[in-house]
Amino acid sequence: MLTASPRTVLIGLCLLCAACLVLATALGSVPHSPASWWHALTHPGSVEGELLWRLRIPRAGAAFVVGALLAVSGCLMQVLLRNPLADPYILGVSGGSALFALLSMSLGLAAALMPLMALAGALVSVLIVFGLARGSGPWSGTRLLLTGVVTASGWGALISLVLATGPDNSLRGMLFWLMGDLSYARLPAWAVGVLLGVVAVIMAQARSLNVLSMGETTARLLGESTHQLLWGIYFMASLLTAAAVSVAGSIGFVGLIVPHLVRLMVGSDHRVLVPAATLFGGAFLVLSDTLARTVIAPRQLPVGVITALLGVPLFLLLLNRARLRPQAP
Amino acid sequence: MNDSRPDLACQGLAARIAGQDVVRGLDVRFGGGEFWGMLGANGIGKTTLLRHLAGLSPSATGHVLLGDRALNDWPRRRLARQLGMLQQHTAYVFDASVLQVALTGRHPHLGRWRREGPEDLAGARAALEQVDLDRLEARSVTSLSGGEARRLAFAALLVQAPQVMLLDEPTNHLDFRHQVRIMRTVGDHVYRDGRAAIAALHDVNLAATYCSHVLLLYGDGDWEAGSASELLTAERLERLYQCPVTSVDTAEGRRFHPSFVDDSGMSRSAS
Repeated sequence: MLTASPRTVLIGLCLLCAACLVLATALGSVPHSPASWWHALTHPGSVEGELLWRLRIPRAGAAFVVGALLAVSGCLMQVLLRNPLADPYILGVSGGSALFALLSMSLGLAAALMPLMALAGALVSVLIVFGLARGSGPWSGTRLLLTGVVTASGWGALISLVLATGPDNSLRGMLFWLMGDLSYARLPAWAVGVLLGVVAVIMAQARSLNVLSMGETTARLLGESTHQLLWGIYFMASLLTAAAVSVAGSIGFVGLIVPHLVRLMVGSDHRVLVPAATLFGGAFLVLSDTLARTVIAPRQLPVGVITALLGVPLFLLLLNRARLRPQAP
Repeated sequence: MNDSRPDLACQGLAARIAGQDVVRGLDVRFGGGEFWGMLGANGIGKTTLLRHLAGLSPSATGHVLLGDRALNDWPRRRLARQLGMLQQHTAYVFDASVLQVALTGRHPHLGRWRREGPEDLAGARAALEQVDLDRLEARSVTSLSGGEARRLAFAALLVQAPQVMLLDEPTNHLDFRHQVRIMRTVGDHVYRDGRAAIAALHDVNLAATYCSHVLLLYGDGDWEAGSASELLTAERLERLYQCPVTSVDTAEGRRFHPSFVDDSGMSRSAS
């Protein structure tokens, strides 16, 4: 099953991340040669340096962090619902976020307020799903899943309503946002904080996650207080998704395929899986965003289109090749 | 009973499943050095009772105590060092190697940041050897057969090494050789190391051979508990399974089987 040692894979992924970040900052409507790239990097005051440090590096950084947030959130959701087909958006976090973000656009609120609105929407959604799914009985993944999925379709209907009644001039911006777009993304420090904080917490709980992915009863018999653990995972996954969505809109497929590919590379031990997914998710989105900026330059595509275009065939291939089991018999 | 080797005991326990009584007023102490077989018809509530004994169900009426403390008052992690359970079904959704799953038995013993060390690995490998899976340690669990998955779950329980072992139909899916092997292994842990085991079984003869005590669940909350040699009689088993039972004395002791001769006095092979 394991083809390479975890250490080798992690080192390889670090190198991949570095390569993607270099590529993302060197390519663009003004491409760099290695020498001019280095010059720009070391001279932030020059025109090229301004371009690099004020535009490309923040954007690449945002792409990296958003990709990592989504990938880790995907790992958590899959353990939470004990289903390898779960993704970060399955419980409606992105829907609430999108609705609030679109409302702020159609009301013409300041662009700076949008991430805050998106975050507020995500948290409202989390609280609604949590409040409804909690009930009084024991933990029920099925009830959480149903509540989440139905809430997500509710948000979907409201989003369509906003799109249908919204002013024409903001439609394009709304659609880009819905597909996931990094054009205006800047890297807020709090999103980095959320990523680092949650990954640290998960690493402390990694063996518990391994046990939990073998089933809730098994985990309890092995000494886990699964109730607290499961709700903790739900909140952490939601927080990661909310952070990602408020920075860059709902970018699809990263949270689904990255955990999958990484599981194939390193197995399901969360002590390796989570750092590997962090690195690979970041690299994948940096690369996707570089493509989004360059394939039909000078025009730009929403990065969500690229992740879907890469993600759909990749995922189908995986599903076919790896004999993936959505649910063991 | 001392603190490091606590006994599991029920006091006035009443358990129900789907409106039916499983047991009423169950008072039993499962002591160290005792291997209990729990016998009863299908659907009588053996698993339900085991879940109560494992502290997995919110306590109904009465108490389940480990040592002098109710199960629910034990911190889950400390409880897992004293009490473990082999579940009836184990389904693996995510890939892991056989060795990794065996190592999960060490989970309650290791601190949060501690990685499994060489002695943990050695323990897991020894357990895999006991269930004949040592050559499959690198195999993916999703590729195991039903019997292999069962033996792996048992190996993880051996690695966990609790004082009290609860086993829900441990011999399910196993061939003769491995049925005997698993019962012997449990017997070793009970009679040699002074642990306690409670196994829900369907095979009366395995209970008669390996168990020192039996708990009979008759349905409607009636139960009987005591030494296996006293309680295992054809009459009791007929009441237990609602079917005629024949007992045969063999060189290895008394054996039971359902009467294969039907009411007309004919068995298929005789006709």
